[in-house]
Amino acid sequence: MSGAETLVQSTGLVAGYGGAPALEDLTFEARAGERVAILGPNGGGKTSLFRVLAGELAPADGDVMVQGRCGWVPQTERSRLDFPVSALDVALMGSLATLPWWRPPGRAERRRAREALGEVAMAELADATFGTLSGGQRQRVLIARALVQEAGVLLLDEPFSGLDSRASDRLLALIDELAVVGRTILVATHDLDQARAWDLVLCLNRRQVAFGHPSETLTREVLEATYGGAIVEIPGEGGGLGVLPPHHHDHDHTHDA
Amino acid sequence: MPDLASIGSFLGDPLSDPLVRRAAIEVALIGITGGALGCWIVHYGLPYAAESVAHCMLPGLVLASLASAPLILGGAGGLLAGVAAIGLASRAPGIGRDTAVAVAVTTLFGLGALLALSAETPPNLQGILFGDVLAVSSGDLALAAALVAVTIAGLVLLHPRLLAVGFDAHGARAIGVGAGAVEAALLVLLAAAVLVAVQGLGNLLAVASLVGPAAVARMLALRMAPMMALAAALAIASGLVGLYASYHLELAAGASIAGATVLICVSALAASPLLAGARKRPNPLPTIAAS
Repeated sequence: MSGAETLVQSTGLVAGYGGAPALEDLTFEARAGERVAILGPNGGGKTSLFRVLAGELAPADGDVMVQGRCGWVPQTERSRLDFPVSALDVALMGSLATLPWWRPPGRAERRRAREALGEVAMAELADATFGTLSGGQRQRVLIARALVQEAGVLLLDEPFSGLDSRASDRLLALIDELAVVGRTILVATHDLDQARAWDLVLCLNRRQVAFGHPSETLTREVLEATYGGAIVEIPGEGGGLGVLPPHHHDHDHTHDA
Repeated sequence: MPDLASIGSFLGDPLSDPLVRRAAIEVALIGITGGALGCWIVHYGLPYAAESVAHCMLPGLVLASLASAPLILGGAGGLLAGVAAIGLASRAPGIGRDTAVAVAVTTLFGLGALLALSAETPPNLQGILFGDVLAVSSGDLALAAALVAVTIAGLVLLHPRLLAVGFDAHGARAIGVGAGAVEAALLVLLAAAVLVAVQGLGNLLAVASLVGPAAVARMLALRMAPMMALAAALAIASGLVGLYASYHLELAAGASIAGATVLICVSALAASPLLAGARKRPNPLPTIAAS
């Protein structure tokens, strides 16, 4: 992938909400086609980084560059499951990125939204109410929204939380497919095995702890600095290191299938 | 068993009176904006804001009435004062928005009451507080119709963005839709809708048309557009039922309309488990269940 175009670049990025920075010293880059795992404890700055990349939070210092559009695939919290929209409505929202403010989405946009739902294997459920879909299906609809948005960079915020293993495998395969066609995919996750399988890993704990290829980056020292010592040796075949489940203290994760 | 002729006169007699005809048009106008906009107000969690906006208007309405100016103009002035007062109060450190709104609204409502109960009480104080839909003039109607047209046009234009922000504000920002701008636009439309409703339902009852029908429609419809149509239909029906009740039973019109709204909404809510069961709706109201 060394010849591919750099789609995300951050140099000395500092970001926060007025008080102490939520995130410091961020210097990394990712090219088209790369899958980047973003590891870190809750409150470690993963969401702040996404907010900066999405243009929602201005950097306090440093530079950040995103080539083209950034699609945000949030966790599918319970709170908006009662919103009266279909899967197609949600995918169609992505078209607002390319339309002037006075133009509603038309036939061409609808066709594109249906296509995108097809790309994430959700075409048959296009007219289902979003809130009635399973967690994995909702994730894929939100990815379709980012595809309609023509986003070159996708930000996936803990997309595997609450998914069963079949839904996780499906999502993993979809991430691979999207990367192959040249998107950069940043995935906030707690899963080290997934991180090992991808191209790059960025470890955050209110600052950048490490960045690089997983095989070189995911050392015991780095993980301890990232998670603050909550590392355990996993005994038995294969062995390896594991991260103790983080304490869910500062924001709610929903664990629905 | 009433015969056709008596039903005809029950329905037709009131409409032979031009006052009632104008009132019926006013009620329909209130229903259109109240129902359609109310669905967004309910989904954006703004019923309290709607209530506040209506109460902020009181001083403006009283002054307009004392000066014999159109109530809508007074209401608009009162709204501007309300927005300024809320803005000022929320600047005070450590107060928080809801508290600031409460402080500003009670201050303005109190000021309105002071003005209204001083030496010169406006002739139609009751109408200002509880509505006087039978007193609307043709000019009032024209002004209300213009506001309704603006509100509906605004809702049509904003529809895709209101959906995107209401569904997911973070994601909308990444799409290039600012939640702040969309919410501000919604508040402007809310102000217009409350101005229309105040004329017919009064300062204290105006919010009934915005919240009641929308809350019921939310239970029954699965998509936003049919929900808005259903809420508007419910609001218009409540208005007309209230108007007839007021005519035949000689009750205050504004209170009858608000009462009919509540009655129709409660009956619809009572019937909704049957409807929901028949349609196997999976998530009747998760937010209420969770809160």
